Amino acid sequence: MEIVESTNVYAYKLITKKDYFAPGHRACQGCAEALAVRLVAKALGRNVIVASATGCMEIISSPMPFTSWRVPWIHVAFENAAAVASGAEAGMKVLMRKGRVPKRKITFLAMAGDGGTSDIGVQALSGALERGHDFIYICYDNEAYMNTGIQRSSSTPYGASTTTSPAGKVIPGQITWKKNMPEIAVAHNIPYVATACPSYPIDLVEKVNKAARVKGPAYIHILSVCPTGWRLAPELSIRAGRLAVETGVFPLYEVEYGRYRFTEEYLKIQGRFRHLSEEMIDTIQKRVVEEYEKLEKKIKMTEGD
Amino acid sequence: MTKTRQDLAWQELEIGATLITPGNSCEYKSGDWRSIRPVVDNKKCVRCGTCYIFCPDAAIHETEEGFFEADLYYCKGCGICANECPTQAIEMVEEEE
Repeated sequence: MEIVESTNVYAYKLITKKDYFAPGHRACQGCAEALAVRLVAKALGRNVIVASATGCMEIISSPMPFTSWRVPWIHVAFENAAAVASGAEAGMKVLMRKGRVPKRKITFLAMAGDGGTSDIGVQALSGALERGHDFIYICYDNEAYMNTGIQRSSSTPYGASTTTSPAGKVIPGQITWKKNMPEIAVAHNIPYVATACPSYPIDLVEKVNKAARVKGPAYIHILSVCPTGWRLAPELSIRAGRLAVETGVFPLYEVEYGRYRFTEEYLKIQGRFRHLSEEMIDTIQKRVVEEYEKLEKKIKMTEGD
Repeated sequence: MTKTRQDLAWQELEIGATLITPGNSCEYKSGDWRSIRPVVDNKKCVRCGTCYIFCPDAAIHETEEGFFEADLYYCKGCGICANECPTQAIEMVEEEE
């Protein structure tokens, strides 16, 4: 996949021209999360039912009386996107069995931000994964509660300055490390877990398609750059996502990376990391290498299964 | 044209405030937010569609000749297309109105 992305600029033409996420939504300029949603909607097509937790993607796509969705979409509370999607899946199964709805393949998608997934929605998600519903859960991770004004979440990386972890004399920004949500999903022994980033559209679309084909729950963690919350120029959001992947800060599983670039370059372009000292950057770099090596070991360990 | 929230009376709402008009946000002019505007140089354009795929607002569409152009009704002027274009065929110019 990596080869396709880097050698053939025309590969993007392979993605469908149809948009199921309409323009005119209210996302900030350069929002990579809106781009991720657009690509996911493209990948899944018409036969999909979406349950969306509270968050950026809910408020920007459905300000009454407008909606950006061209597919059935329901907004639910912050914590229960996974529960609603599993309910829709179970309900549709019964309706099809009783002949009330003609039998066909319908994909069920639950989507939430990092707050709705790794903080508030983790219980409902864990339940749905454990029950084995045939659905996809997608976490759009922009690494803080951006919708309400950049409050830290458990997905905020170490050192990042947010409004509730402000960098100053007392604390150097976020003092805890990012929660490893994909690993939590992996721990449920579900058929498919992936990480993706809209800076690699073909990879993302492929992964979503694969998740839809899989029988049983699938979890995809999408790093979505937020120019507003990351203190980043809007035109750099695609580049920042690419850097996150290339530097190993956010490795894409299933994808092999030979190249390894220093984290600093990724941190340097973001205002939220402006205050970091050399030592702190070194600490972060060490941790990134550690996590990446751990991941490589896991890949080797399970090879040939 | 969809009524704004202010003009909408509660009697006109569907049960459960359901919206029965899929994708009607395309009536909303998000192009108003823009302060810079993408201008494509078709001589440099290789028609790869990179700008199209990376546009978060789905504002770029393919013309009949296969070139790409931004729909200024939706374009918010983020500059991603100009930044990602492999041949630097897109330039962001300031809006002067």
